[in-house]
Amino acid sequence: MINNSNGWKEFFSSRKNVIFTGIFIGISAAFLQKLGNPPNMGICVACMLRDTAGALGLHRAEVVQYIRPEISGFVLGSLIAALIFKEFKPRAGSAPLVRLVLGFWAMVGSLVFLGCPWRTLLRLAGGDGNALFGLVGLIVGIIIGIFFIKAGYNLGRNERTYPLVGWIMPVVMVVLLLLLIFRPQLPSGAVFFSRQGPGAQHAPIFIALLVALGIGFLAQRTRFCTVAAVRDVILIRDNYLITGVISLWLAAFISNLLLGQFHPGFTGQPIAHSSQLWNFGGMVLAGLAFTLAGGCPGRQLFLTGEGDADAAFFILGMMGGASFAHNFATASSSTGPSPWGPPAVIIGFIVCLIIGFSRSDLGRAKEGEKNE
Amino acid sequence: MNKNIDVRGLSCPLPVVAVRKELQKIKKGILEVLVDTGTARDNIKRMATNEGWKVEVKEEGDEYLLLISK
Repeated sequence: MINNSNGWKEFFSSRKNVIFTGIFIGISAAFLQKLGNPPNMGICVACMLRDTAGALGLHRAEVVQYIRPEISGFVLGSLIAALIFKEFKPRAGSAPLVRLVLGFWAMVGSLVFLGCPWRTLLRLAGGDGNALFGLVGLIVGIIIGIFFIKAGYNLGRNERTYPLVGWIMPVVMVVLLLLLIFRPQLPSGAVFFSRQGPGAQHAPIFIALLVALGIGFLAQRTRFCTVAAVRDVILIRDNYLITGVISLWLAAFISNLLLGQFHPGFTGQPIAHSSQLWNFGGMVLAGLAFTLAGGCPGRQLFLTGEGDADAAFFILGMMGGASFAHNFATASSSTGPSPWGPPAVIIGFIVCLIIGFSRSDLGRAKEGEKNE
Repeated sequence: MNKNIDVRGLSCPLPVVAVRKELQKIKKGILEVLVDTGTARDNIKRMATNEGWKVEVKEEGDEYLLLISK
């Protein structure tokens, strides 16, 4: 049966709504920082996944262990929107293991820079000039990804699957919230919560959760994605998403000015280092991995809420990457990149290039495989 | 018989890239596109409209048929 689609369903995807979403995220990030989240990290999807991995004991960096309710809020907010607007469509099967690998290296790159694309914008909005190098790196990484997309890059089609698959991650998110609220203490020490450092800095749980639910809802409707924003401008001359991203930055910048959180400079910036090369290099890797996976980490969480199991594998890969980055000391600190960070970035970059080449016409031509 | 293209199951941005490529090839006429997510539907609709095509969206169960014409 064919029905004409309802206009109201598409209402949310108009430009003013993506601008509103950007403003909402920008203001929320500044206020979550005011309410206790780490500086220039009101919201950072990579850092928050890393903290959550730490709380579960997947890494032993004692200063970054906390179950961030924002992560659960993003997934559950998106789930609510997807259910209301009939977009909860469990799907799976587009190279989950490759997506896990991409998530892994995206996180390794992000933790050399110290932030995801959202935090890149928030660091800039807080006056951290080092983030400029990260932003340029992110754009360069996206451009390399576009090169592969233009060459026919494709990880394969996903398929619709049964509802159980789509509900797994939302249930995991609820379990994480329960662990956060009830804080069970096992003899092993789990659940681990930082006593000092960024992991000990957090906004009140229910405010953070509520804000994140709102962001997840809005972002599912507007398809908000920082990586796609840059990609679409270059690839298809579409400036829909970039208006939302600029709004995010501008709203965070103005909020920071009003809240006294704007401190311009390159040195002594919070949870940041001033190695220009590796702020740049870390984000080249992250930008490439995000582009090959189809979106920024925030977007991957929102897709997870829609029932996309491949996006869930990307998120699990990011948590694995965070654990690796801290256990194998490739993550940077405020004093600078670790000696193991740059080699890890180079290895990750090579892995992503191999994925890009082998899954585009450049590599497939030799295999005689069809572009499917 | 209209030209048609099936972009179901492709992850972002491949649906919009595939459709754009096809539209640039046919230049005029009607292209039928089968889409399975709201994101791809919106992206394709926005791209095609921006580039001067008329887009009609029909719901088919929980999938969408886009009729793109010029």
